[in-house]
Amino acid sequence: MGIIENKFRDNVIITSADKFMNWARLSSLWPITFGIACCAIEMMATAASRYDQDRLGIIPRPSPRQADLMIVAGTVTFKMASRIKRLYEQMPEPKYVIAMGCCATSGGPYWQHGYHVMKGVDQVIPVDVYVPGCPPRPESLLEGFIKLQDKIRRESIATTQAA
Amino acid sequence: MPDLKTEEMVVQMGPQHPATHGVLRLEITTDGEIVRKINPHIGYLHRCFEKHCEELNYHQIIPFVDRCDYLAAMNNEHGYVMAVEKLLDIEIPERVEYIRVIMSELNRIASHLVALGTYGLDIGAITPFLFTFRDREKILDLFEMTSGARLLYNYIWIGGVAFDLPNGFVEKCFEFIDYFLPKLKEYDDLLSYNKIFIKRTAEVAIIPPAVAIEWGITGPNLRASGVDWDLRRDEPYSIYDKFEWDVIVADGRVGVLGDSWSRYYVRVLEMEQSASIVKQALEGLPSDENVKSAVPKKVRPKEGSVFFRSENPRGELGYYIISDGSDIPYRLKMRSPAFCNLSAISDVGEGLLISDLVSLLGSIDIVLGEIDR
Amino acid sequence: MESSEVFKLIESKYPDALKSIDLEGIEQSVTIDVNSIADVCNYLKTESELQFTSLMCLSGVDYEDKMEVVYHLHSLLHDHRVTLKVELSRDNPKLPSVSGVWKAANWHEREAYDMYGIVFDDHPDLRRILLPDDWEGFPLRKDYVVAEKYRGWTIRKIKEGFE
Repeated sequence: MGIIENKFRDNVIITSADKFMNWARLSSLWPITFGIACCAIEMMATAASRYDQDRLGIIPRPSPRQADLMIVAGTVTFKMASRIKRLYEQMPEPKYVIAMGCCATSGGPYWQHGYHVMKGVDQVIPVDVYVPGCPPRPESLLEGFIKLQDKIRRESIATTQAA
Repeated sequence: MPDLKTEEMVVQMGPQHPATHGVLRLEITTDGEIVRKINPHIGYLHRCFEKHCEELNYHQIIPFVDRCDYLAAMNNEHGYVMAVEKLLDIEIPERVEYIRVIMSELNRIASHLVALGTYGLDIGAITPFLFTFRDREKILDLFEMTSGARLLYNYIWIGGVAFDLPNGFVEKCFEFIDYFLPKLKEYDDLLSYNKIFIKRTAEVAIIPPAVAIEWGITGPNLRASGVDWDLRRDEPYSIYDKFEWDVIVADGRVGVLGDSWSRYYVRVLEMEQSASIVKQALEGLPSDENVKSAVPKKVRPKEGSVFFRSENPRGELGYYIISDGSDIPYRLKMRSPAFCNLSAISDVGEGLLISDLVSLLGSIDIVLGEIDR
Repeated sequence: MESSEVFKLIESKYPDALKSIDLEGIEQSVTIDVNSIADVCNYLKTESELQFTSLMCLSGVDYEDKMEVVYHLHSLLHDHRVTLKVELSRDNPKLPSVSGVWKAANWHEREAYDMYGIVFDDHPDLRRILLPDDWEGFPLRKDYVVAEKYRGWTIRKIKEGFE
């Protein structure tokens, strides 16, 4: 978690600060330009003219250091898994992950015979939103973004009950 | 300054790098800005395609064939089913052949549009990407009409196609061709003859014809080096011999033969030819034939092997299938064009500037799904 | 030139190298002795009436009792093609590399090594190409058993009794 999370108790000021920070975070989700396989093409289509993810404030960044969001768009292989982990670790907090497509979710069509395919990227990094499909349509990915924004909207910097 | 020492530095480019078109890693030894040695590392997307082929029956392989070259799924399916049909020795209804050619050529245009757009991105021009994807979406609409999918279709089946063309497809397709052809002029204005683009690509990363053949480079990259070879004309398969079109060979009108600009521009001109083939195919489309009449229920080829190659947007796509008489291939090897095209990079890329390496890599138009399989 | 004529030329030039000719079926092929494959390939490439300038494909095949390497050659100039085969023992699959003849063979041979463990002598850089360097086994061999884990990650996620 980030540097201010879990430092304060829940109160009026924190609630307003939450609203403001969550609004800022969810309105400028910058994903890292990182495509792996077929889904990357649909991810590009989502970024391009017809679907235009810019209107949700989502602008791809070429470096993990500038990114808030990682879209795992494609099949994760064992050779790639350690690199994905490293990329994820390079991203600054707070960070989110969308597993796009069946391959990133569970191995997809390579589930049974794919000896070199990781059966779900959640074995390596934590995932916030799973987008099903092979490949998901751009609309599905946009829906995934909206779901993630809903999730961010409910976050708080206050100490959680468990902490 | 006599005491100043210089040494070579090893730089890793990828697996995450915006200019490597997927998960390719290049280990580059650099001397200042100059690339001295390139050691490509592939396999980050090895999805065990050939293992799947030995586990699944001939029909079930088609979706996996799609996922190998996800930018040109129709072309991959077309090559694969033709290889199996050659093994089975079956006749295909003429309407099916026409539909297949229409789909393959439309997909060739779509694939080249992505190549153009992303090449622009690599070089630093963002706008052409938005333009090419605008037009590509129109092709995807046509595919969606016929197969229901946008990217991976499972449409061309052994002995036929999954569905007949829907009502209104032919008109919409004509509409698209009429819309698309003037757009080529737009790409020329926007990118091809852009001064900065020419500076970045012309006379950069030249592949001489002898080197291209030696490394097994095929497709638009080979034709950009001035070799007049296209399987659609020279080893005509399907019904390509029925249409009138030209094989595009680069002439070095900007820069020299075999440079990045030629490789780029061959694709622009090829789209025009593909559009012309689609138009002729639509005009000659035979009406009302059952597109599934020749689809076999169970595919059990005789014992034997076949090597069949077809022209993919990236080059010669070959399938080597060994059958042992069962409904599962004993061995299926895919000769992927991008695999061979990429292997030349360690030879061609030596001595280039790092920024020119990006120009080379973008211009050979690789798809990692097909390289790693 | 037809394949059978090419076979005759090989037979007259290298009578000892030719092991058998298969003229049946869709694909005609010739089986060459292991030790002379590089010489035969060099002859096929350089002879002026043959000029097989391009290596279309090089594939390894596992027949459970033997291994095979199949070469598909094509001549751009004369537009003819030929298929060569080399039979290897399964315990010690080893043959001379043709990467000195066609540079295109370099990666194809590395792939055959990666998938089947076929060793190509005099290959400039014979190491795994698709799989990670620390991968165990050669996955396209017919007796390959998928391991349980790779670097602690589960490879197979199939529940018992699923199949």
